[in-house]
Amino acid sequence: MLEVSGLRKSYGGLTAVDGVSLSAGKGETIGLLGPNGAGKTTTVSMIAGLVRPDAGEVKIAGRVLRSDTDPAKRSMGLVPQDLGLYEEMSAHENLHLFGALYNLSGAKLRHAIEEGLDLVGLRDRARDTVRSFSGGMKRRLNLAAALMHDPMLLLLDEPTVGVDPQSRNAIFDNLEVLRKRGKTLLYTTHYMEEAERLCDRMVIIDHGKIIANDTLQGLHRLLPTVKLLNVELADGKVNGLRAEDLRELAGVESVELRGSTVRIGVRDLAGDSAVVLRWLTDRGYPVQHLASERANLETVFLTLTGRSLRD
Amino acid sequence: MLTTFFALVRKDLKLFFADPRSVTMSVVAPIVIASFFGYIFGGGAGNDDQSKITVLVADLDGSAITREVIERMAKEPALDVKPVTPEQMREAVRKGKATAGIVIPKDFGVNAAAAFLAGGAKPEIGVMFDPSHGMEMRMLQGMLAGAVMQTAGQRMFRGPVTMPFQMKAEAITSGRGITYNGYAHSFGGMGIQFLLMVGVEVGVNMLLRRQQGVWKRLRAAPLSRGVLLGSRAFSSAITSMGTLVLLFAFARVVFGVRIQGSMAGFVLICAAFSLMTAAFGLLIASLGKTPDATRGLAILTTLFMVMLGGAWVPTFVFPKWLQAVTVVIPTRWAVDGLDAVTWRGLGFSAVAWPIALLFGCALVFGTIAAYRFRWEE
Repeated sequence: MLEVSGLRKSYGGLTAVDGVSLSAGKGETIGLLGPNGAGKTTTVSMIAGLVRPDAGEVKIAGRVLRSDTDPAKRSMGLVPQDLGLYEEMSAHENLHLFGALYNLSGAKLRHAIEEGLDLVGLRDRARDTVRSFSGGMKRRLNLAAALMHDPMLLLLDEPTVGVDPQSRNAIFDNLEVLRKRGKTLLYTTHYMEEAERLCDRMVIIDHGKIIANDTLQGLHRLLPTVKLLNVELADGKVNGLRAEDLRELAGVESVELRGSTVRIGVRDLAGDSAVVLRWLTDRGYPVQHLASERANLETVFLTLTGRSLRD
Repeated sequence: MLTTFFALVRKDLKLFFADPRSVTMSVVAPIVIASFFGYIFGGGAGNDDQSKITVLVADLDGSAITREVIERMAKEPALDVKPVTPEQMREAVRKGKATAGIVIPKDFGVNAAAAFLAGGAKPEIGVMFDPSHGMEMRMLQGMLAGAVMQTAGQRMFRGPVTMPFQMKAEAITSGRGITYNGYAHSFGGMGIQFLLMVGVEVGVNMLLRRQQGVWKRLRAAPLSRGVLLGSRAFSSAITSMGTLVLLFAFARVVFGVRIQGSMAGFVLICAAFSLMTAAFGLLIASLGKTPDATRGLAILTTLFMVMLGGAWVPTFVFPKWLQAVTVVIPTRWAVDGLDAVTWRGLGFSAVAWPIALLFGCALVFGTIAAYRFRWEE
């Protein structure tokens, strides 16, 4: 459905995107991950035809995207990071406009509007101006606006920025529905948990270059074999506990004190955990709660780049 | 293509009418200001009181001849003559409460007769005047000379002495019996000023939308730059044209302003100028970077165009060199064109060139804008 090869874009002396290539099959959901300024939005902008690449090409359903009026754009819907909505107009009026941009009219347009409003749960607010909407509702409408012409490929540029958890879940539910309908999604985010929940495959980008492109399982194989153990001490008793002492234990790779919780990296979760717990109990640090933590994409990114995704 | 184009135009019109207060102001403000300017610059008729020159007179002679001179001056329709002392006169002129004052010296009657008949020393009439009213001062000097000559001559020659001629003034307008209506010029001028301001707002608003990222979704659709910018220009031209028509409809009903000349010329001048302001808005958007930085510069440019185009005061009061220079200003073509088809009552041929130039200007501005406009800040 989507093939991107060798995309490159520079602004003055700054190379924003440096030879990005990726592809997405029909019905596939691809996560494009990277910290702020990594080149995600520029990549999406080039795929959407908003920014002309210095080099490389974009193919939508096998056709190379060439100009502003290229019919290939009809196969694509964009959910921009900035809310691309007219706040002075109602939800219905916004959707009417964005449908008309793709030459929809009459019953076909009305049907598309109703379907869009139903999907994002805004039918009862259709006649209200967007200005009166909450941030989450605006984001949902932003999604509906990209669906008016029923595109096969949906480009989602950080579609949940600044929304509350409830609205975020609502958007995820909407995207799950679209996946089931066979849409191809390219989902840009710097929230690991979003990508983990939604995406079949992750493309990790940093400094304009792709540094990993694999399934979640494949990326986990890139991780070092360290497991994380979160130990919460009773009554917040961390007085006198020193990270250096714990680190001297065999099998302990890292120690981090966070309030009444100690975060410990161990090589062998079963064997080394027992040693750590006995050591703490013997020294008068009773354990109130114990949890192991699965390494996530954040850890993958940290491992690959040496910095956090939220940097 | 047309569905998309008109959807974009409809969107712009909805956004324009979404704020009724702003819409009201875009029509009411030019009406109020144009009414004021029209009244000040002559209006329709019946405001003679406002144009009278206040002249103070201190008669230190008090003779029959000086009393008669003062009576003659008081009969002049353009003068409002009031007796005062020299001290009161100086104070009043200094404070701007009177345009000028005349001090007739003691023994003026006797000395004037001696000077008139035997070549004696001429008595001196003192004149105090407000330096900001030079034109009125020259007019007053002429009237005073006439009054003194007529009075002195009649007394000296013991018979009626009158001016050896009469003047018959005729205002040349669109036809006999049709008087000049100052509101015609002021409504045209103010309409043009406010339309240019609308053009500035169109440009600044485009930059604002660009900053908000709204253009991204529009551009994600398979639309050409021409459709996106052209629809914006078209919608702006429609609102501008509507504003001009409303202004002149108001002027017609309230102040009796009529299209005495070519109606087709009037419609085309309005259409051409509306399109020109829309293209001017696109030009501003294509040259500007941020909305705030652009607004100030665009307003300054607009005010210059309005001022030099004769929208505030007619260009015939400009010095000759300025009248010659300002023929290149597009606002002048519009102002002169509207004057031609309203109170001057001229035919289409008189406005054909202004119309062509305005359309041409719109084309040039629009082409530059289409070429230069950047979608990203």
